Amino acid sequence: MTDIPFRRRDPDWHPPALAPDYRSSRLRSPHHKLLHYAPTETEMTGPAFGQDMPGPEDHDLLINFAQPGETALGPRIIVHGRLLDENGRALPGKLIEIWQANAGGRYRHRSDGYLAPLDPNFGGCGRCITDAEGKYLFRSVQPGPYPWPNGGNDWRPAHIHFSVFGDGFAQRLITQMYFEGDPHIALCPIVQSIPSEAAIDRLVARFDPGATVPMDIRAYRFDIVLRGRQATVFENRREGL
Amino acid sequence: MTEFRESPSQTAGPYVHIGCMPGVAGIQGMYGDTDPGSEMVQTVCADPVISLEVGVLDGAGAPVCDAMIEIWQAGPEGSFGVTRGFCNWGRAATDAATGVATFETLRPGAIGSQAPHILVWIVARGINLGLMTRIYFDDAPETNARDEVFKIAGDRAGTLVARSVSGGFRHTIRLQGPDETVFFDV
Ligand SMILES: [Fe+2]
Repeated sequence: MTDIPFRRRDPDWHPPALAPDYRSSRLRSPHHKLLHYAPTETEMTGPAFGQDMPGPEDHDLLINFAQPGETALGPRIIVHGRLLDENGRALPGKLIEIWQANAGGRYRHRSDGYLAPLDPNFGGCGRCITDAEGKYLFRSVQPGPYPWPNGGNDWRPAHIHFSVFGDGFAQRLITQMYFEGDPHIALCPIVQSIPSEAAIDRLVARFDPGATVPMDIRAYRFDIVLRGRQATVFENRREGL
Repeated sequence: MTEFRESPSQTAGPYVHIGCMPGVAGIQGMYGDTDPGSEMVQTVCADPVISLEVGVLDGAGAPVCDAMIEIWQAGPEGSFGVTRGFCNWGRAATDAATGVATFETLRPGAIGSQAPHILVWIVARGINLGLMTRIYFDDAPETNARDEVFKIAGDRAGTLVARSVSGGFRHTIRLQGPDETVFFDV
């Protein structure tokens, strides 16, 4: 299994290294083409994390930094979904880490000086391990949009950052989740560095009324897909039916 | 099957530490106050610990001080199996002043016909898709020259070689410019 390589990444699907409207990419983008080689054991393997790695509250940003009996301030949300590969297979037992601004758009970070205040009950990080069906779930508050220095009047859409592990280190991915209906999505140079609307749409979480808990918390659904192994001819036929 | 295409990448941004290294972000009390990947070598380990310093420079030659670097490597015996007291995966932030990330690790052994190497993944503000590269070692030039991946880098392969220093190795990754490091699409 580990000797079946991952499908190659489609460079026109991901944002290019240089996206000039996103100023920080100008000096941090390689000019040479990425060189390809057939993945070896090094790229096809990767770290594994046990179900017992996260603490019982690590996935719950409402309380994982809060004083006992208190919770973070802002609209309460569940963010949940499945982690799959490009063959549609669930990826169980994988580490997902998230981070986000608080409901006012402020990060708990030494470098963030935005005038919106910190919430003493909100840290802004969470993690979990996907279950046997590749499912994950976080509880948090909906983050606020925030302004950022990019040469103009730039605001990030409300977003949650995701760091995701697969079976092999070549599957490693960091991305961001946005919220359905946010007018900032169309204006953000970071989002719009993604070449196609179809690809951008994959990062937009959908309001999920079915998973909303009455009188408690609303829900958003966000599925994540990592690179899959190249299908064998046999698998292709079977799955193509 | 288009719905199963890979999720597109987005930059890790300047606050990646919050989610991946809360201790570095200055957030106390999270994850048992131990950032994931920050301890590759435990005290029970028999092999000598080396210090691997990895600096990152941008196209203007300025240090990249807000990056996160992850490494994945074989143990001294040349496999990804369990080495007692050793974690094959490490994660470190580039220093806020110098742009250098430091890993305390073990020197990897050769994996089959591959020269000893370390797989490196770099994310940061301004990097839209995590950059993958490899580190080889300057005291094994003949072995490196026979390595298939090293050969693919051609006349730029020197950008993959870490330099021996007292106590370990020192390596500089240049994101852009005349000595731009070789990055891979694997
Ligand atoms: Fe952000």
